[in-house]
Amino acid sequence: MLKPKIAKALDKLSSKTAIKNTIYTVSIIIFFALILLPPILGIIIKWGSIEDVLNQPKLMSEAFNAIAASFAVAFFVSFIDVVAGVPMAWMITRGKSKWLSVLDTLSDIPFIVPTATLGYSLLLFWNEPGGLSSLFGASFVSPGWLLVILLHFTFSFPVVVRVMVGALLDYKLEYEQAARTLGAAPLTADRTVTFPILKHSLIASFTLAFARSLSETGATMMVAGAFVHGPIFINKHIGEAGPLVFVSAILIALSGLVFVTIRLLGPRLKMPVRKVWPVVERKLSSSTIASSRNGLTLLIFFVIVLVPSLFVAVPAFEAIFTGVLPEALGGVGVWGDYWRSISLSYFVGIVVTLLNVAIGLPMAIIIARRKIGNGPSAVLDVLVNIPIIVPSVALGASLAIFWKENFAFMPEIWLLIFAHLSITYPYFVRSMSAAVERISMELEEAGRTLGAKPLGVFRTIIFPLTKYSMLSGAIMMFTRSVSETGATLVVSNLVTAPVLLVNWVKSGAPTATLGLGCGFLILFSFIILLVLRLVVKGREAY
Amino acid sequence: MPNVRLMNVTKRYGKIVAVDGVNLHIYDKEYFSLLGPSGCGKTTLLRLIAGLIQPDEGEIYIGDRLVTDVPPEDRDIGFVFQTFALFPHMNSWDNVTYGPRVKGFDVRKSETIGHEVLEMVRLHERLDAYPNELSGGMMQRIAVARALAAGSKLLLLDEPLGQLDAKVRNELRYEIRRMTKDLELTAIHVTHDQAEAMAISDRIAVIKKGKILQVGTPKELYMTPKSVFIAHFIGESNFLEGYVSDLNRRGATIELRGGIKVQAGAPKDMDKGDRAVLAIRPETFVVEKGIKKTENSILGTVERITFEGTNIRYEIRLRNEDSVVVVRPSLVEEWLKVGEKVTVSFSPENTHVFAYPEAGLREELAVE
Repeated sequence: MLKPKIAKALDKLSSKTAIKNTIYTVSIIIFFALILLPPILGIIIKWGSIEDVLNQPKLMSEAFNAIAASFAVAFFVSFIDVVAGVPMAWMITRGKSKWLSVLDTLSDIPFIVPTATLGYSLLLFWNEPGGLSSLFGASFVSPGWLLVILLHFTFSFPVVVRVMVGALLDYKLEYEQAARTLGAAPLTADRTVTFPILKHSLIASFTLAFARSLSETGATMMVAGAFVHGPIFINKHIGEAGPLVFVSAILIALSGLVFVTIRLLGPRLKMPVRKVWPVVERKLSSSTIASSRNGLTLLIFFVIVLVPSLFVAVPAFEAIFTGVLPEALGGVGVWGDYWRSISLSYFVGIVVTLLNVAIGLPMAIIIARRKIGNGPSAVLDVLVNIPIIVPSVALGASLAIFWKENFAFMPEIWLLIFAHLSITYPYFVRSMSAAVERISMELEEAGRTLGAKPLGVFRTIIFPLTKYSMLSGAIMMFTRSVSETGATLVVSNLVTAPVLLVNWVKSGAPTATLGLGCGFLILFSFIILLVLRLVVKGREAY
Repeated sequence: MPNVRLMNVTKRYGKIVAVDGVNLHIYDKEYFSLLGPSGCGKTTLLRLIAGLIQPDEGEIYIGDRLVTDVPPEDRDIGFVFQTFALFPHMNSWDNVTYGPRVKGFDVRKSETIGHEVLEMVRLHERLDAYPNELSGGMMQRIAVARALAAGSKLLLLDEPLGQLDAKVRNELRYEIRRMTKDLELTAIHVTHDQAEAMAISDRIAVIKKGKILQVGTPKELYMTPKSVFIAHFIGESNFLEGYVSDLNRRGATIELRGGIKVQAGAPKDMDKGDRAVLAIRPETFVVEKGIKKTENSILGTVERITFEGTNIRYEIRLRNEDSVVVVRPSLVEEWLKVGEKVTVSFSPENTHVFAYPEAGLREELAVE
């Protein structure tokens, strides 16, 4: 805690309008200068090179096909994510078994496993002889579009579950109960009352899954085979400005268009609530059907999401008994590079987390409390989302162009940090602004009327009530930074852990080595998840 | 017809027994209230009847049908929630006709019912309005209309007036009763407001800590409370502590603090020497200026006067240091003054004698 005298002095300073305005202005300038504009300017700087693609019809056609593939995969995966994720969220929130909290924790695992590790794990499970292929003969699912879809489903599924679990927990059950007392069968009540009321959350979960799928690069590279989508196309042509600018610009423009369309049309989307089929829906509401649905949901979760995500741990166990483990722990041979890459990943993760907390906190307050007026604050609210929807490889590439062209003296480590700042910033600002918004203004006003200065109000009211959201947001940023692959690959030559694992896969490293390398990362992820769970549990104290 | 019977119904939440072995019979076409302090289990009981939760023990019958394991949609009930629970994505018309639609009524029948119930609650002109465009009173009427439109003969109301301001609440409670009587419905109304329950109910069940303490008409509960808690919760009572010093044909002689002996009504199951609580309604006291020697008269001093409109309320310190509240009509009697010496008296017929509660008087009277 701050010493009383320093705290008092800072409190006093915070009540000066000039100081407050400076903090808000600086945070807005940093957002535009470091987070939002560099990736966009990077593309604008090299806009001329777009002709390289326009003059090569074959390349242009490949680029369009890759972009189309990106959107096709993202749409399809987001749709099945919602179809499979909603029953899972339903089961977690409405079920009575004590094991459901374990299931809730398990559903987060693919979200925090580094994506490159996840990609390799799926490759082992679906394709390699040690996985499902040992049961079904040669290569059960070969690298290609189907494996890409399975992968994208695996890592975006937890996003839908997380959003919908939150929405269902906040949902006022009385609406559904009212429908039931009026004679509606459970399915009718859900279809005509619950889902229309949760429409915004359904759209949000679809949008987030869509963005996650559209921007993912690292894991996809591991399982894509001959399949090429936008981010892979950019990665294939790394070093060539034309394809990068062309595909990045179109992906950013189209994904922006999709998001604006969803934002504008989503609320107007009508759900079919008037028509009712009492007999059919009553039959479909039977306990047998509900049990079958739950069984199928669990089957999908375990077979397509959880087991493939953790399958990489199998060779890791092999490594324990074959002498690879002592080599790894001793940093012998390739393991020296491995631990250096792990150190780099965690160093970048920590720096990025701390910087984003510092620059993101004032922005979260500006958005939540409409500090610069309703209109401008709402615009900022939309703008902070942009880094989420830009494909990470495109973001990395355009950042590289911007910084290397204009600030050649910039050390590579800073490029890496800037790229990760952009990618993780929205996660923190989103979670914090939502947390601040949930706190009644009356609490702040009560603090002020009792004599607290603005900083004092933050220290004594806002912070204690939002510290768990802040910590959760920080952990999300940290895990996202540590697992980031796509942007990292193109923005610098530094080798972080996910990049090293991609290199190992490409160079055909032994399975035990790869498995153990991934296993360590998963183990660390488990520890982080555990911390997150303990933090969330601590919330119950309130 | 929808009479409702609960037989030995128990509901537990972990170690807490929310409803404890309740037996209850609510008659057809009766307006019945479940009355009790917050957290006493009255809403749990209503939700058990509706099928929104399941009992751990016991049986529930609606009419002659055992419905203990029947889901709410098959119980043929109408339910009005405390928060109204109007579907926010539907306008008044769609809310009101939801029941007929999900029950598979044809379009024409659904529309006829919709028009009828909206007429009944006098909100026909607001059928296009969404819940967020309606006042609290209007939302409450739409919620009642929606429950009525489902066509059930059993209407369950969970503190339906709790969110409304006093004036609207007073108007709507009579309106709801009138509608249920016109439509010959059985109504079960949950409330913590004893004045509301007294005003609209044919019978009332008073509940405390999951148990039914007494069932009766409003008059029975007021005139012949069976426990100290009922005497306290239904209306208002003064409680004077003492001992049974004598039992006789007229009732009992109670020795109050300070050795004051008064004649009271007959106590139940009490012996000479037992510790007792004497309950007297504030409006049954007679207050006279100066010193008067009559039966059951005690000298006192006026400590505080509160004007309540219809009544005037005196807080009087008796000579034994006990304090009583006396309520008199404000416009027909001469007012007393603070500090004035008075004689307070009461008739033995207007008293109730209860055994002193084992847990202590204050604990017994606690409503939280």
